Amino acid sequence: MILIAIISLGGIGAVGAILLYATSKKFEIHEDPRIARVQEVLPGANCGGCGFPGCSGFANACVNAENLDNLLCPVGGSAVMEKVAIILEKEASKTDPTVAVVRCNGTCEARPKTNQYNGVSSCAIASMLYGGETGCSYGCLGFGDCEAACDFDAIHINPETRLPEVIEDKCTSCGACVKACPKNIIELRKKGPKSRRIFVSCVNKEKGGVARKACTNACIGCGKCEKECAFGAITIENNLAYIDPVKCRLCRKCVVVCPTMAIHELNFPPRKEKDTEPAVKPQKKPEPIETTTPENK
Amino acid sequence: MENNLIISPSPHIHSGDTVSKNMYGVLIALLPALLVSLYYFGLGALIVTAVSIASCILFEYLIQKILFKQQPSISDGSAILTGLLLAFNLPSNLPVWIIIIGALAAIGIGKMSFGGLGNNIFNPALVGRVFLLISFPAQMTTWPIPGNLPMTYTDGQTGATVLSLLNEGVKNLPSYTDMFLGKMGGSLGEVSAVALLIGFVFLLIRKIITWHIPVSIIVTTFLFTGIMHWVNPTEYAHPLVHVLSGGLLLGAIFMATDYVTSPMSKNGMVVFGIGIGLLTSVIRLFGAYPEGMSFAILIMNALTPLINIYFKPKHFGGK
Amino acid sequence: MLRTFRIGGIHPPENKLSARKKIVRLPIPKQVIIPLSQHIGAPAQAIVKKGDLVKAGTLIAKAGGFVSANIHSSVSGKINKVDTTIDASGYKRAAIFIDVDGDEWEESIDRSDELIKDCFLSAKEIIDKIAAAGIVGLGGATFPTQVKLTPPPGNKAEILIINAVECEPYLTSDHILMLEKGKEILVGVTLLMKAIDVKKAVIGIENNKPDAIKQMQTLAASFPGIEIMPLKVQYPQGGEKQLIDAVIRKQVKSGALPISAGTVVQNVGTAFAVYEAVQKNKPLFERIVTVTGKQLANPSNFLVRVGTPIKELIEAAGGVPENTGKIIGGGPMMGKALINADVPMSKGSSGILLLTKEESIRKPVQNCIRCAKCVNVCPMGLNPTLLMNATEFQNWDLAEANYIVDCIECGSCSYTCPANRPLLDYIRLGKGKVTGIIRARKS
Repeated sequence: MILIAIISLGGIGAVGAILLYATSKKFEIHEDPRIARVQEVLPGANCGGCGFPGCSGFANACVNAENLDNLLCPVGGSAVMEKVAIILEKEASKTDPTVAVVRCNGTCEARPKTNQYNGVSSCAIASMLYGGETGCSYGCLGFGDCEAACDFDAIHINPETRLPEVIEDKCTSCGACVKACPKNIIELRKKGPKSRRIFVSCVNKEKGGVARKACTNACIGCGKCEKECAFGAITIENNLAYIDPVKCRLCRKCVVVCPTMAIHELNFPPRKEKDTEPAVKPQKKPEPIETTTPENK
Repeated sequence: MENNLIISPSPHIHSGDTVSKNMYGVLIALLPALLVSLYYFGLGALIVTAVSIASCILFEYLIQKILFKQQPSISDGSAILTGLLLAFNLPSNLPVWIIIIGALAAIGIGKMSFGGLGNNIFNPALVGRVFLLISFPAQMTTWPIPGNLPMTYTDGQTGATVLSLLNEGVKNLPSYTDMFLGKMGGSLGEVSAVALLIGFVFLLIRKIITWHIPVSIIVTTFLFTGIMHWVNPTEYAHPLVHVLSGGLLLGAIFMATDYVTSPMSKNGMVVFGIGIGLLTSVIRLFGAYPEGMSFAILIMNALTPLINIYFKPKHFGGK
Repeated sequence: MLRTFRIGGIHPPENKLSARKKIVRLPIPKQVIIPLSQHIGAPAQAIVKKGDLVKAGTLIAKAGGFVSANIHSSVSGKINKVDTTIDASGYKRAAIFIDVDGDEWEESIDRSDELIKDCFLSAKEIIDKIAAAGIVGLGGATFPTQVKLTPPPGNKAEILIINAVECEPYLTSDHILMLEKGKEILVGVTLLMKAIDVKKAVIGIENNKPDAIKQMQTLAASFPGIEIMPLKVQYPQGGEKQLIDAVIRKQVKSGALPISAGTVVQNVGTAFAVYEAVQKNKPLFERIVTVTGKQLANPSNFLVRVGTPIKELIEAAGGVPENTGKIIGGGPMMGKALINADVPMSKGSSGILLLTKEESIRKPVQNCIRCAKCVNVCPMGLNPTLLMNATEFQNWDLAEANYIVDCIECGSCSYTCPANRPLLDYIRLGKGKVTGIIRARKS
C-alpha cells in the first residue's frame, strides 16, 4: 500500500518535473548574461538619470552599444563605468563627475515679495500661472519641486532663504531636479578639483537696473567679470554672465569684482587678508547654496 | 507685505460646500428614522445609538491621535455618521459590549486601516454590522417587538423580522401600513419606510446624493422579486413586502450611496444599484440568510473600482 | 423649457452688481501701455519706434503670423518706448508705451453715432477689413476673428451663433452693450453672416437678462435670419462647445472645431467691434469693461481705451477698497489674478473684479471623499478627480486616455469640490504636459 503511494506520487512528481523542464527549455528567453553582470555593478537606484528606463534598461543599452562613449551612469560616475567597461571589454569614456548647482541666490532678504501665492504648493503649477512671488520672474519659486523629485534626499529647501540647497555628498547628479525645475535654475556642473567650483548664482536675463531692483543678489550683466577673466571663460548674454566650467581655472578673480556678489565660490580655503576686502559683506558665504565645507569633505 | 495681492489659479470662488456639510446633511436626513425608532423601541434604541456613536467617535479620535499621529478630524461628522448608521443596523436590545466591538470593527477595520475617510473600500458601518452578524448571530437576530416608547433594554420581549418569518415560511405578516410606518421587528433604523423616504427626499433636495443608486436598487429588487412572485405566488412573497421590509430602504438610501464606496459615474451608479438589487433578492429568496442587503452592498463595494474603470462618465461629444 | 447644454454645469451666485449701469466713457490716462500679445497666437510686431507720433487708430504693430492680430494705438501722442511690462499673463512681455497728447483720431474713422445699416462689400472684403482692424474674440479667448471666419477648406458653416450668454458671475459688459448698442450689434451680426455666407444666426442670451432678451427680440424683427434664443442660466454656457450644444443640440467631437458641426461662434462684443470696423473704419482700440466687486463703492461699466492701467478703472469706480485681497482680470471663474494694479487693460479684458481678503484665501485641502460632485458638474463629461491624480502621479497615459486635453478649464470642478481640492490646478498642468506629448508624437 505504502509502496503504491510512493510510486504513484513519485511518478506524478517525475512527470511534472519533466514537463516543467521541457517547457522552461522550450520557452527559454536567451538573454545576454553580461546584462545581468553589468546590472550588478550599477547602483540600482533606478533613478533614470542616464536617460534609460531604470538600471536594467541602462545595462541593456551598454551591452548592445558599439562603444560606451555616450553612456554614463551619473550616479556611479566614472568608477562604475570603468567596472562596466571591464565586464564588456570596452573602453569607458572619461567623464568628469558633476553635481547639481542651484543658480539662484534670491533669498527672502534679497528679493522682497511683491505678491502672495495661494495655490497648490508646486513650482510647476505656480510657474504656469505667473512669474512668481517676487519681482524676479526668473528666480527660484521655492515650492520644492526639486526636493520632491530627488530620490537621494540630496536637495532641500532651506526654510529661511526659501531656496534649495544641495547636499553634495548625497547628490548623484542624476538630473531629476534639473528636469523638475520649471525655471531651469539647477545646472549639473563639473564637480571640480576638491569640489571647488565657481559659478554665477543667478539666471535673471533682465537689464541690470530691473534685475537689481527685483533682487539685490542678481547678476546685472555689467561685464566686469568678463573683463577680469584671463581665460575667456566668462561670457555675457542677455544681461547675464555665464562661467564655462571647462575653461574656468578657478582663479577666483571674478568673484571679487562682482558688484552684486552674484558669483559664488565653493569649497575654497579662506582668502588671504588683502584679497578678501572687497567681499567681506556678511552675506558672502558659500553656505546658502551648498552645505559641504572643506572641513567635512 | 500686508498690501501684497493674493495670486492663485482660477477659479477664484468656491461653492462653500464642505465635507462636513454633506455628512451633517446625511445625519439630518436620518433624523426622522431615528425618531421613529425611538418611538417604537424606546430606551433600547437610545442606548444603542448613543453607545454606537460615542464609541465610533472615540475610536476614530484615538486611532488618529495615537496611531496616525495626526490632527483628529472628528468635526467632519463622518465618524458620527458611521456610528449612527451602525446603530441603525443593530437590534435595539444588543448588549453594550457587543456594540463597542462593532464600532471598533467599523472604524478600525472598515475605515482607518485603509487610511481614513476617502480611502476605505467598504462601507465602514456595514463592515461593523457584518462583523457582528457573523460573530454574534444569536444576539444579532433577535429583535424586540415594537411598542410605544418602551422603557426596556435587553430584557424586553423579542420577536422575528418580516424576512425571517418569510424565510421560515410563515404567512402571517404585518399589514402594509404597519410595515410602511415601521411597526415591525427589525434593526433600529430600518423599520420605518416613510421616515427613510422623507430622508431620501431631503438628500435629493440638498443635492447630497443623486437618485441613481437608490432607485436602481429598489426597482431591481421589486422587479426580480415581482417576477418570482408572479411565477409562484405561494412560495415567494409580494415584491412590496420585499421593498418595505428589512434593510432594503435604509441600505439603498443611506448605505449604498456612501460617497467613498460607490461608483463615480451615473451609469456606473446604476450598474452598482442593479448589482445590489439582484444580489439582495438572490440572497433573500434562495440563501440561508433571511436578509442580504449588507452582503450585497459589501460585494458591490468591492466591485466599485472595476465599475469605475468600465463605466466612465458620458464624455462630451464622445463615442 | 429653456435650452441649455446637456452635460454638467453649475450655477454660482450671479452677483451682477453692475447690471444696467450705463456705459461711462473713462477719461484718457496720461500714458497707455499697449501689450503686443493681446491675442492667442504669435505676438504682433511693433512697427513704431521711440519718438514716433501716433493718433488713435494708427497701426502700431502688425500681425506676427497667420494666427495673430494687428494692434492700433488707442490714443494720440508720442511713443515713449517699446519695452516689456507685466501683463495679465503674469509674465513680462513686450509692450508699447505711449505718452498721451490730446485725443486726435485717424481721419478715416467715422466718429458719428449715426447707424449705417447697408454694406456693399463682398465677404472677402469684410474679412480683410476685420483683419486690418485687429479684431479678436472679445469674450475673453481673444482668438483672432478673421481666422475663425476663414474655415479650413472643405468646411462650410450653416449657422452663426452669437455668444451673448455672459455666464461668468459679476460680469455685465455684454449685457449693457446689448441694451445700449443693440442695433449696431445686429448690423455686425449681418456682416458676420455675409462674411461666412450663412442665412441664419442665433443670438444666445441667458434668461437672467430679460430686458436684453426683450430689446434684442424687438430689434431683431427687422433683421431677417437673426433669431434671439433665451437660454437657461448655467455656467459655463459661454464655452463654445457648450453654447453650440445648447443652441443646436449638437456636440462637437473631441478635438474637432465648431465648424465640424457647421457652426461659427462669435461673441456679441465681437459683433459690435465688427460693425465699427466695417461700417465706421474704426480699429479695435477700446472696449466695454465691467469693474466690480462687493466692496467696491461704485461697480460700473466703462468704455476704456486699450492699454489703460487697470488702477485708473478701479479709481473711477471708487478706488481700491481697504481690504482687497485679489484683483482679477476677467470673471471669478476663469479670470486671472493680477500681480498689481499697473497691469494694462487689453482687448480681451471683459472685467476687473476685486475680491476681499476673506474671499481670496483658499480653504485647506482635505482628502477626496469620492463624492463624484466634480464628475457631475464637469461640462465636458470628464472625471476631474481621476485626472488630478493622474497628473499628480505623472501618469500621462492615463490622463490622455481620459481626455485630459478636452478640459476647457472652466473651473466647475474646483468650485464644487467639498474637500477644496485644487482639481483644476493639476488638470491644467497635466493638460499642458499631455498636449506637449501629443504634439511631440505627431512631429
